[in-house]
Amino acid sequence: MPKDSGIGASPKRREDVRFLTGTGNYTDDINLNGQAYVHFLRSDMAHARINSIDTAAASAMPGVVRIFTGADFEGVGGIPCGWQITDKHGEAMQEPAHPVLAQGKARYVGDAIAAVVADTAEQARDAAEAIELDMEELPAVIDMKAAVQEGATKVHDDLTSNLCYDWGFVEENKPAVEEAFANAAHVTTLELVNNRLIANPMEPRVAVGDFNRATGDSTLYTTSQNPHVIRLLMGAFVLGIPEHKLRVIAPDVGGGFGTKIFHYAEEAFCTFAAKALNRAVKWTSSRSEAFISDAHGRDHVSTIQLALDADNNFTALRTDTYANMGAYLSTFAPSVPTWLHGTLMAGNYKTPLIYVNVKAVFTNTVPVDAYRGAGRPEATYQLERVIDKAARELGVDPIALRRQNFITEFPYATPVAVEYDTGDYNATMDKLEEIADFAGFDARRAASEAKGKVRGLGVNCYIEACGIAPSNLVGQLGARAGLYESATVRVNATGGLVVMTGSHSHGQGHETSFPQVIAEMIGIDESMVEIVHGDTANTPMGMGTYGSRSLAVGGSAMVRATEKIITKAKKIAAHILEASDADIELKDGQFSVAGTDKSLAWGDVTLAAYVPHNYPLEDIEPGLEETAFYDPANFTYPSGAYACEVELDPETGKVSIERFAAADDFGNVVNPMIVEGQVHGGIGQGIGQALLEGAVYNEDGQLLSASYMDYAMPRADDLPFYQVDHSCQTPCTHNPLGVKGCGEAGAIGSPPAVVNAVVDALQSMGKDVTHVDMPLSPARVWSAMNE
Amino acid sequence: MTKVSMTVNGKAASGEAEGRTLLSSFLREELGFTGTHVGCDTSQCGACVVHVNGVAVKSCTMLAVEAEGAEVATIEGQAAPDGTLNTIQQAFQDHHGLQCGFCTPGMVMSTAALLKENPKPSEQEIREYLEGNICRCTGYHNIVKAIMAASGQDVSALAAE
Amino acid sequence: MYSFDVEKPTSIAEAVAALGSDDEAQALGGGQTLIPTLKQRLASPSKLVSLSGIAEMQGISADGSVVSIGGATPHGVVASEVAQSYPALAALAGNIGDPAVRNRGTIGGSLANNDPAACYPAAALASGATIVTNAREIAADDYFDGLFTTALEEGEIVTQVRLPVPEAANYQKFVQPASRFALVGVFVAKFADGVRVAVTGASEEGVFRWAEAEAALSGNFSADALEGLTVAADGMMADIHGSKAYRAHLIAVLTKRAVAAAA
Repeated sequence: MPKDSGIGASPKRREDVRFLTGTGNYTDDINLNGQAYVHFLRSDMAHARINSIDTAAASAMPGVVRIFTGADFEGVGGIPCGWQITDKHGEAMQEPAHPVLAQGKARYVGDAIAAVVADTAEQARDAAEAIELDMEELPAVIDMKAAVQEGATKVHDDLTSNLCYDWGFVEENKPAVEEAFANAAHVTTLELVNNRLIANPMEPRVAVGDFNRATGDSTLYTTSQNPHVIRLLMGAFVLGIPEHKLRVIAPDVGGGFGTKIFHYAEEAFCTFAAKALNRAVKWTSSRSEAFISDAHGRDHVSTIQLALDADNNFTALRTDTYANMGAYLSTFAPSVPTWLHGTLMAGNYKTPLIYVNVKAVFTNTVPVDAYRGAGRPEATYQLERVIDKAARELGVDPIALRRQNFITEFPYATPVAVEYDTGDYNATMDKLEEIADFAGFDARRAASEAKGKVRGLGVNCYIEACGIAPSNLVGQLGARAGLYESATVRVNATGGLVVMTGSHSHGQGHETSFPQVIAEMIGIDESMVEIVHGDTANTPMGMGTYGSRSLAVGGSAMVRATEKIITKAKKIAAHILEASDADIELKDGQFSVAGTDKSLAWGDVTLAAYVPHNYPLEDIEPGLEETAFYDPANFTYPSGAYACEVELDPETGKVSIERFAAADDFGNVVNPMIVEGQVHGGIGQGIGQALLEGAVYNEDGQLLSASYMDYAMPRADDLPFYQVDHSCQTPCTHNPLGVKGCGEAGAIGSPPAVVNAVVDALQSMGKDVTHVDMPLSPARVWSAMNE
Repeated sequence: MTKVSMTVNGKAASGEAEGRTLLSSFLREELGFTGTHVGCDTSQCGACVVHVNGVAVKSCTMLAVEAEGAEVATIEGQAAPDGTLNTIQQAFQDHHGLQCGFCTPGMVMSTAALLKENPKPSEQEIREYLEGNICRCTGYHNIVKAIMAASGQDVSALAAE
Repeated sequence: MYSFDVEKPTSIAEAVAALGSDDEAQALGGGQTLIPTLKQRLASPSKLVSLSGIAEMQGISADGSVVSIGGATPHGVVASEVAQSYPALAALAGNIGDPAVRNRGTIGGSLANNDPAACYPAAALASGATIVTNAREIAADDYFDGLFTTALEEGEIVTQVRLPVPEAANYQKFVQPASRFALVGVFVAKFADGVRVAVTGASEEGVFRWAEAEAALSGNFSADALEGLTVAADGMMADIHGSKAYRAHLIAVLTKRAVAAAA
C-alpha cells in the first residue's frame, strides 16, 4: 500500500504551481531599478593576439555607459580553479591564469575581449560592433593528441606545454597490471571517444550585479547550482569582497546539469561593474552565446584494455585517456577525468588490478568541466563497452560474463581507492531481465525483420560514486574546498518549520521532498515545513547541488539539525510534563511520557520555546532553531543494470530507440515519483549523447555545432517511454537516510546500453562492426555498415 | 518607438515597442508577463510559445508590432482567476511533467493548441506535435503521459509505479 | 537585431511601393527564417515590409487540376486545406518545422528564401509549379537558381503559387537530426505526360530535378525502375550531419520510397 505522506510517498510537487502558472522567479525575470545591460564582445578566432582595442568610437554610441577591457581588470584576481591534481611524478598540474576579460590573447572562439555596458541590451550590442579590434590570428590547437606533440603551438605561452597533467592511478599498481596482461589468456582492446557535449539547460545563464553605495554591499543574482560556492570563489579569489559584504542569490534556476556549478567570468564582471558604475548591470546569455561560453562536458579519447584468464575472469584493466580541458581550467575541470573517473574503473566487477592514465590537455576550445555524471559516464562507457566487446570475442553471453565477475560481497575495497558499502548487482540484473522482457526479444527481433528493420539488444551495468564527498578525503585528492552540506531548521512558535538548506533545487523538487523527511521524523503534516534555498543571506554556508548529493549530504544535514530540534523539544516537553527527558517519546506530532497517558502536542512545545513561562531556562535557551553541517563518511554507490532495444534502418542507418529499461538501486527512496523523473531525464540525456549530441570543432577552432540548428537536442519523438524500477534497495550504511542519490544515474548508465544495442544489431546483419563512436547518427551508422 | 496595443489573457494591454522588438520581449519586459520564457534564438526550443488569435506561435519569432490588435494568450492566463489549475496544468502536476519549469509554459501552451486540434492524440501524435518544444529535464516520459491524461486517456498502465 | 522600421501594407500594391521606396527594405513573410537571421545580425534591412496583413495573398483555391495558394498562406493552413486536393503537398506542409512555426511560416516566404534544405522548393519543382509575383509568372524550372537564390528581382514578391496536381505524388523527408530541415528530401510527382523528381537538401546547387530517375519512372512508375540508379556524390553538400556520399545514397533510397508510397 503506497504511503500518502512522509518518506516513500509521492506527493505532488508544490513548486509546480508557480512553474505552471508563469509565476516562477528566474534570474532573467529580475529587473532592478536603473539597471544597465552588458554585451560581451567575444573572440571569433580560436587563438589570436590582441594588438589593440580601440573603444573611442564605440564609447560615443547612443546609450553607452562604459566599455571595459582586460586592462580594467589588472589587479583583479582571475577565475580560480577549485581542484589541483598532482601528476604521476608528484608534480602539481599546470594552471594558467584565467582573467575575467582576455589579456593579450584570445584563446577560444567565445573568449570575452571587451564588455560594453549600455542603457539597453541592443545598444550594448550595437556599440560592441563599433569597437575596433586589431587581432592577429595565431595557429589554433584543437586536436588533443596534436596539442601534446613536441613543438605544438601553446595555448598559454607561460606554460611548458599544453599538457595540464599526466596522471597515473594507481601508479604503484602499474607493474602488476602489466604483468597480469602479459599472463592473460585473452585481452580485449577498444579505442573510443566520449563525445564532447553541451549541457544545454533550457534556461540560458543570466547574471545581475548590484551595488548599494550606502552599505557598500554587493549582490549578485545568478543562475547557479551553488550560490555559496560562487560567493566564496568570486569574493575571495576574484574581486576581494569578504563574504559579509557580498550576497549571492540563485532564485528559480531552469536546469543546471553541471554547467551551472562553475564560477564564470560574467558573474564577476556584473558584480565588478555594478560597483564601478554604481548601477545594476545585467547580462542575459542568448543560446548562441551559451554554446561558446558555457563550460562543455565529456570530450575524452580513450584506449581501454581488459585482460581475462582462461575461465573468463577479469584479471586486469588498463586505460589511457586524453581529456580535453579547453583553453582554461573551469572550476572543477581537473577532477572530472581523474577522481571522478579513475576511481570508477572497477565498476561492478572484482577486477583485482587496474591502472588508469589520464593526460589532461589544453586546447583552443571552450573550457570543459562537469556535465551530468562527470567522469563516471566516461568510466562506465569504456568499461561496459569493452566488456561487451570481450563477450563477443569470446563467444559468451554478455550478461553471464558480467554476472561471473560481479562483486558480491560488501563492503568491497576496489583497487582504485574507494570502498563500496552496499550493493546487489545480481538483484538489479534479475530485475532488469524481468522488466526488459528479455524472453520476448527474439519475437520482437523477428517482427522488426518482417518490416525490413534490424533489431539489437544492449545491456550494461553501472556504478557511480556520488553523494560527494568526504572533505578530508577530497582534500587529500586536491580539492580546494570542503564538500559537506548544511541545514538550519527553524521552528516557529506555532509549530511550523523553515529549513534553510545549502542544497539548491533547479528541477530536483527539494521543496517537496525535503519536507517529507521532516514530516516523517516529527509526525506532522508536510505542509508545516517550508524549504528556503538559493540565497547566501538566509541560508547557512553550503556547497550546493551536483554529484547526486542533495539528499545524501544536504538531506543528512537536515536530518541532523532536526534531530537536535527533537532532542531540545523533548527537554522542553519533559519539563512541562514533569518527566525525565529519556522517558519522552515523539510520535505523530505528540510528545508523551512512556508508560503514561500524559502527552503534549508539538505546537504546545514549540510555543513554550518562544513563550518560555513554564520552561527550563536554567538548562536550555529559549527558541527552537538548530544548524547542522554534515560531512559524509564515504561516497554513496548507486548501481544498476540497463537495457536498450534499438531498431536500425539498414538502408539509411537511422537508429530508433524501441525500448529502454532501467533497474536501479538507490538505497532508500524518499519520493518515488521524483526519483523516477530524475532517472527519465538522465536516460533522455544519455540517449541524447549516444544518438544525437555532439559538439564539433573544425580544425580552425570554429564550433560547427553552435546552435540548435546543428547540435541535436533530444526531442519527444526521439525517445520512448522508459521502464524504470528502483525496488532493489540496499540502503547506504553511512548516512542517516540510507539514500544513495539518483540524479546522474540515468546519464551514466544509458549510453553504453544504446551503443551495445546498435553493435548487436549490426552484428546480427553479419557486419563485422565492433564499435561506432557516439553520436550514432544515421550517417555514422551507415558509414560503419558500408566500410 | 511606437505604441502597441493588444489583448493579453482577455485584458487590454499596451506599451512601447521598436520595430525590432520581439513579441516575447514585449510581453516579458514591457508588459511584465515573465512566464513566457526565451530558451533559444533559432526558433526551436518553444519555451516562448503563446497563442496569437487562437493559434500557437513562437513569440520570440514574431515582432511585437505584428501582434497589434491581436488576442494573445500566455501561461499567466491559463489557470482560473482563483488560481485553480486548468486540466492541462493539473495533469502536468499530477504526472510530474515538469522539473525545472523553464520549458513548462511553452509545453502547456503547445499542449493546449494540440488538444484543440486533436482532443485525443495518440502517444505518437503527441511526440510529433512536441517537435518544437524542447525539455532537457524530463526525458519527455512524464510530459507525454501528462498530455495523454489531460486528454482523458487512461495512463495507469504506463510505467506502473 | 539591428534597428529597423516595420510597415504593414494591406495590399500587394502598397507592399511593392513600400519595398520600392527604400533600397534597404526587405519583405517579411512569416519571419520564421528571417527573424532568426536578423537576431544573428546577419542582415540589416532598414525596413521590413510585413506581408501578413495582405488579404489578397491569403488563401487557397483548387480547381481539380491546379491548386493555387496565396503567397502569405501559412504552412499549417496548407496542410489542412489541401489534404483532399493535393495530399502529398499537405503532408509536406504539415511536416515543415513544428506546429508553431507552421502557423507563421508561409509558402511565399519559403520559396523566396530558397533554403537548400527547405521542403517547399522540392514540391514546387516536382509539381512544375508557377510562381506568381506582383510582376510576372515564373515557371519553377526557371525560378530556383542555387543556394538562397531565385529569379526574383529586388522588391519582387511571391504573391501566389500555382501547383498542377499530379496523378500520384509523395514526398520523403529524411531529417537532419538537429534542425529538422531536410538532410535530403525527395518529391516524386507523376503526371499524365511524365514523372518529375525534385531533390532538396542534397546538392551544392540547391533543389534540382533528378533527370535519370524521371526518365526511368516515366516508362515504369515503380520502385523497381530505379534499381541500380545512383546519383554522383560529386556536387552534393557535406557537413557534420552527412557526407556527400551519404546524401547521394539517401536520394536513391528516398526516391524509391516515394515512388513506392505514391504508386
